[in-house]
Parts: sequence; C-alpha cells; structure tokens
Amino acid sequence: MTWEVGSPLSIISILAVVIVVAAMLIWVERRLLSFWQERLGPNRVGYFGLLQVVADMIKIFYKEDWIPPFADKFGFVLAPAIIMMVILLSFAVVPFAPGVGVIDSNIGVLFMLAMASLGAYSVMLGGLSSNNKYALLGALRATAQMVSYEVFMGISLLGVVALSGSFNLREIVLAQQDGWYVIPQFVGFVIFLIAGIAESHRLPFDIPEAEQEICAGYHTEYSGMKFGMFFVGEYLGLVLISSLITVLFFGGWLGPAFLPPIIWFSIKVFCFIGFFILLRAAVPRPRYDQLMSYGWLVLLPISLINLLVTAAIILSMQ
Amino acid sequence: MELGNNTASSAKANDALEYVRREFAARILAEQATCEGMPTVWVDRQDIKALLRALRDDASPRFEMLFDVTAIDERLRVHREGQPDSAFTVVYHLMSFRGNCDFRIKVPLAENDIELPTVTDLWASASWYEREVWDMFGITFAGHPNLHRLVLPPTWEGHPLRKEHPARATEMEPYSLSDEDQDYEQEALKFKPEDWGMKRESENSEFMFLNLGPNHPSVHGAFRVALQLDGEVLVDAVPDIGYHHRGAEKMGERQTWHTFIPYTDRIDYLGGVMNNLPYVMAVEKMAGIKVPERVKVIRIMLCEMFRICSHLLFYGTFTQDVGQLSPIFYMFVERERIFNIIESICGARMHPGWFRIGGVAQDLPNGWEKLVQELLDFMPPRLDEYDSMVMNNGILKRRTQGIGAYDTEQAFNWGVTGAGLRATGLEWDFRKQRPYSGYDQMEFDVPIAVNGDCYDRCAVRAEEMRQSLRIIKQCLDNMPLGEYKSDHPLTTPPRKENTMQDIETLINHFLSVSWGPVIPENEVTMAVEATKGINSYYLISDGGTNSYRTRIRTPSFAHLQMIPEISRGFMVSDLIAIIASIDFVMADVDR
Repeated sequence: MTWEVGSPLSIISILAVVIVVAAMLIWVERRLLSFWQERLGPNRVGYFGLLQVVADMIKIFYKEDWIPPFADKFGFVLAPAIIMMVILLSFAVVPFAPGVGVIDSNIGVLFMLAMASLGAYSVMLGGLSSNNKYALLGALRATAQMVSYEVFMGISLLGVVALSGSFNLREIVLAQQDGWYVIPQFVGFVIFLIAGIAESHRLPFDIPEAEQEICAGYHTEYSGMKFGMFFVGEYLGLVLISSLITVLFFGGWLGPAFLPPIIWFSIKVFCFIGFFILLRAAVPRPRYDQLMSYGWLVLLPISLINLLVTAAIILSMQ
Repeated sequence: MELGNNTASSAKANDALEYVRREFAARILAEQATCEGMPTVWVDRQDIKALLRALRDDASPRFEMLFDVTAIDERLRVHREGQPDSAFTVVYHLMSFRGNCDFRIKVPLAENDIELPTVTDLWASASWYEREVWDMFGITFAGHPNLHRLVLPPTWEGHPLRKEHPARATEMEPYSLSDEDQDYEQEALKFKPEDWGMKRESENSEFMFLNLGPNHPSVHGAFRVALQLDGEVLVDAVPDIGYHHRGAEKMGERQTWHTFIPYTDRIDYLGGVMNNLPYVMAVEKMAGIKVPERVKVIRIMLCEMFRICSHLLFYGTFTQDVGQLSPIFYMFVERERIFNIIESICGARMHPGWFRIGGVAQDLPNGWEKLVQELLDFMPPRLDEYDSMVMNNGILKRRTQGIGAYDTEQAFNWGVTGAGLRATGLEWDFRKQRPYSGYDQMEFDVPIAVNGDCYDRCAVRAEEMRQSLRIIKQCLDNMPLGEYKSDHPLTTPPRKENTMQDIETLINHFLSVSWGPVIPENEVTMAVEATKGINSYYLISDGGTNSYRTRIRTPSFAHLQMIPEISRGFMVSDLIAIIASIDFVMADVDR
C-alpha cells in the first residue's frame, strides 16, 4: 500500500487520526481552559489525565441508551448520526498533504459547503424530535444561525476561489506557493473565521446550546453515546474548520522544507484549534438576535464588498 | 443619639409621628414604645389604608417604601402592657429614604375575624408580603388579586407560624404518602396558565409556556420562573418561590437566643457572619448590652470580607450567565483566599456563626494582621483586571446595558434596597445613613450608577468591593485593643474568669449556657446593609429564653418579586442576565 490520494491506507489513517484527534481535543480543551483559568483540569487518569477521554468513552458506552418516551424515535436516533456523517464526509475533500487525502475533487469547496448545510439538519432534527421546549428553542436558534452564517461563509471564500481560479482545495493550496491568501483575502479570512465558529456553534456563538439560558439546547434530551456523538461531532467540526482555514488561507501543507508537509499542516491546524479554545475562554456570548443582525447587517455587506473588490482587482490585473 | 440605634428615632421620625397624631388623633388606638425608638402606632383595620396612604403621600417626610409586612400571633404572649387586645397583629414597617427614618403601624385582629384590606394598590411589593402573611398565619387580605400560598406548597394545610403549629417533625405524625395523595399532589403541581394569570393565546399567536426551574443552570438555587413566550420574547414571567423554605422564622421561636445564631448564617448563605450582625445587635439592644470598640471593629472587618466574597460570587456568576466562562474561576480563587483568612480567624469558612450576643466567639488569632495585609495587597490589581475583562467588554455591555432597567420610584414601589437601589442613582447606604456597629468611624464612599440596568447593578457592586477593601484597611490600621466580649451578665457565653471563683457567677454561667440568657421583654428591629440589600431582624421577647417572634426581612425576597415588571418584552437571554444581575440566593428569599 502506498500514500496516495484515495488509497485505503490514506482513507483508514485519516479516519482514525481525525476521530482520535477530535476525541483527544476534549482533553486538550479541558486542560487548556483550566490552565487559563487558574485551575488544574482533568489530571487523574493516566499521565496528565491523558486517559480521561478513554475513561469518558468507557463510561459513555456503558450508559443506558435512553430514548425519551415522548420523543420521535426515528428523528431522535438519526440526528446524531447525521452530524458525525456530514463532518466526516467533509474531511474527504481536505488536502492534508501531497498524497494524503481521500478524494481529489474538482468541486471540493462546494462539497464542503454542501455538507455544512446538511449539518443544520442534524441539529434541527435533534431539537424537534426531542419534543422538549428547551430543545425546540435550541433547534430554532441553531437553524436560524447555521442557515444565515452559511451564506457569509460561502461568500467569504469566493475571493479565494476567484484568486486561485479553482474549486479544488488541492489546487487552492498549490496556488498559494507565492504567498498565503490570508494577505490578499484578510477580510475574507476574518469573516470565514467568524462564520466558522457560528457554524460549529462553539462559544461565543454557542447560542443553540447556551447552557445558562436553555440548558443544553437541542441536545437537552440526549444521553449516552448519542450525546457523545453530538459532543465529538462538535470537536470534529472544530478540526474541520481549523483545517479549512489552514487550506484556504494559510497555504495548507506548504512550509519550509525542514519539516514534512503533514507536520506543517498539523501545526497550523493546532494553532487555530488553540485559538478557538482561547476564544471560548475569553469572550461572552452575544444575544441571539444580536448575532443575527450582526451577520446580516455587517458581515453580509462586508463579504459582498470584499468579493466585488477582489473581482475588480483581478479583472484590472488582466 | 446612641450609635447602633439604627432604626433612627430621629427628629424626622418625630415629625411623622406628630403628623399622625394630628391627622389621625381620634383613630390611634395606642402608641407603643419599643427599645430602638421607632414610632409605633396601633390603628384599627378600617383606618390602616388611609394611614398608610397619608404616610406615603402627605406626611413629611414621606415614607416611600413599604419595607415589610408581617404578623404576630399574640395569643400566648404574656407581656402586652399598654397594647390593644389582639389575637393576631399585622405589622407594617414603612421606610422613608429622604427623611431617613422608619415608621411601624400595628393592626390588632380578633381571633375569629382575621381579615383586613389589602394595600397592594398602594405598593406593588405588598403582594408577596401579604401572601406570605396569609400563608404563615391565615390572615386574609380583602381585595388581594392573588391570595394563594407563596412559600408553602399549594396543598399545604395549616399556617405554620401560628403558635399551635408544631415546629418539629417529631411533634407530628410520621409522614406517609398514599397513592391517592400522591396523585392529588401531582395534580396540584400541574401548570395551568390561567392560575398564573396568563392567557394561552393572543390574537396573532399561540403562546409557549416555558418552565424555567426549579432546577435550571442559571436560577441560582431552587427557583422557578414560569415564562409566557411569544417566540423568544417574554410576554410574562412569573416567579414561583418556596422551594428553599426551611421555616427559619419558626426555628427562631424554638431555639434559644444564643443557639439561633448559626441558623442566621444560612439565611443569606453567601453572607456568612453578616447575617449574625443584625440578629445579635437586636438581641443586644433588648438586653442593653454595649459591646466594646474592639468587637465592633472586628465585626465590621469580618462583614466586609464576606461582602467581598459575596460580591465576587455575584460578579463571576453574572459574567458566566452572559456566557463569559473564565472570570468566575479567577474570582473563586480570590474567594478561596479570603475564606482561608476567615477560616484562620473564625475556624469555619462559609458559615462561621462567629458573632455572639455581646461580642464575638474568640479574639483575633496571633498574626491576623499579616493575613489581612496580604488580602489588601493582592485584591486591588485583580479587581482592576476584572474591570478590563468584564466591565469593559463590548459584548457584555451590549448584553446588559439597557436591559432590566428601573428607576428609583419603581425601586421604592417594589421594596428594592442595596446595590439595586443605588444603581438607580440614589446614594443611600445603610452604613452611611444610619451607621451601626461603628461604621461612622470608617471612611468610605457609596458608589452609585444612573441607569438602573443590569450593567449598572454589576458596576455598583464591582466598586463596592474596593470600598470594602478600604474599610478593611482601616480596621487593620486602627484595631482597638480591649476585650472581645462585653462584661454584661447577658453576654453569651459569659466570660469565664470568675466562674470557678464564686458560686453566683457559676450559677449564672451555668444557667445562661444551659437554658440560655433570659432577654427582657421588648420589641426591636435592627437592620444592616447586607450583601444583597437591607436585611433586618424584628425580634419580640416575651421575657423568656427564646424569641416570641423572629421576623427576618431579607432583601432578595423583595427583589425577586420585581422580575415580571422588569423583564416583560425582553428575550429569554435577557431574563437570564436580569436574574443574574439581581444577586439573590434562594435561602435569602424563602428563609
């Protein structure tokens, strides 16, 4: 078996690594947060608490797989599966390094956006099928938030597509050999970053599951492994958004030759993951309507202007 | 006027009394002298409303706030010299902020005819107070819009603060719950919007009813708010309390004067010894004990430490409720450090129960100065850091400014005291206006704000912590020498020097430790600026070893009642910010 895009070795390793990394992120996040918050965090199981995730997983597998009697069973079971599925499928188009990836698609960017849209269904279904008022509020918030922020997410990276002239993520990376797109597309980067947080609904934009307001929002009724899938799904989403930022704006695997490309890729991704965690530790949560009006009244015009200016410059250069 | 006379028999109060004597001359049944000097008049129930309205609107000074309404079951009381015949007495306590004085009005009721008119149309805050009186004594208020159980369950039978009601479970039949009873209880708990004064639908929309609590991450204890929602917009929010009710006032009648002190710690469980202070001051007032200067300063120092602890917890949970995760952890670190100091002084952390009638439990330990100095060194930079992290944060400002605002008049109408009142722009701090326990010796400012919204309430408390540090510094620099307990015979436990020397002291000691001190018959109200507002104890002694009536007026009780008024039209997220900004603990509400 060889390292090439789409080889079984590639696919299996990516799947395994991505899931393990997402699960370990639970520990990383808890430790980093506690480090920033003057406390210790999980440090009992294994060295530095490294096996905490394993312990959590064992616990979660042994929990009763409970479906509330008042819930709509089909949707209730389907919802967590959808979120895992669409995020894992999104990883298919991510170019990790030369020769490492699942598919080399000409419509990578579109595929990724399509999968992100499908993710909204998971949250919506989970909230609606729970038949719980808190879950309903969470689902309403989530649907509105994800549907809106998808728009700016899509528009914000059109500048990158225009510059590279391709929807293929691998080609977008290669087109950055002379300079990362974060420089010409800084506005696009910032909007993509904000939309990315909103899409993965993490603090400060965790409005659909705002604990202090609506308990756990759309996954209030979930427990056991189904909750675990939502939970790991959130971290998978975090890895995905960080990977996409790396690919689209920070030259993907490109970097000085003293380190192999996959290491460069990982370093960049972890920087963003760290940034997201820091953000969670630092920033309060805006109100739901504030987030929406911020999106439609601020982000949408800016991203449109960004696209127009980029297009105008490209045209005038020709 | 003597210090500690904190319900102020000032000239203004005499003006008010003169006014009542003049205008209501024929209708005053009696005047009663109480040992704190608050004007107390008895009137008949048909005159009560006119008198209250006159005091609110026409008297000089005007009494803006209905501070408290409570009742006394007089049927077993022995010492009632000079008071009209009464089986149940309803007591109204009015407060004037501009005149800085109080007024107490009592209404006698015969045992078989316990009804009097409601005053909910004069003060909005009367609603819960009257419901509580009905709940506890069975006294009805004609015209009350919603005279239901408040702190007890809807199915409760009896009125616990009546003297015939047992105080302990051991005085009752063992508890059992049959299946039918269980069904009955569960049926009674069902939510019916009509019972809460809510409609199911309007012309345009069908409302959603959301049951926020009694267990919810941000209701700070066992507290329930029934929400009527149109989308996410609050049409109404009706608070439901009583889940934390433990009958503290009933316990006050059961315990001796001395052994009730630890119970007071648990009223505002974040306030620690701050809760002891109004209680022991009230008992000392009746006993005629003057405490040494050192005791006063020690008490102030400990109280201010607890004020900082309580405000830190408020500050942290407030920011957490608007979604900022980290500050609460920093603030818990601070709080932990302060608790370590408190522990080394008192031997306990949150509930030291450390004040005594006539003093404090022990003298300060060796080396306490060093610990307190450390506190003064590490706190100020941290407070500055919090200001930049929390108060200057743009998102937090957008979440809290203009949310849940009320003005000073509304605050009076609802009985709001403490930081919630100062945030409306009224510079009124009990410690400044009626210095008790030696606060007149301290230099500090009273922080205020202007808008009375969530942000301002937080800002006032953030600044109060700095002022508390100032006070603690003065305590540290000027701690008087002397005794930590008064020499008075009713000091409990008494000083022990002569106990083994002569038989008289030994007998005295033995009696006051085993039975507890006998406090002369009297009535007194003592209040303090507690962590959350004005906390007062209204004690009646019938000349026994325990209290005849212990009324605990807590600030949080009044504050929660205001939630519907300040949250209508906002969103669920705003309600969370409003609840957080009120700074209450349920033990302080339900008692």
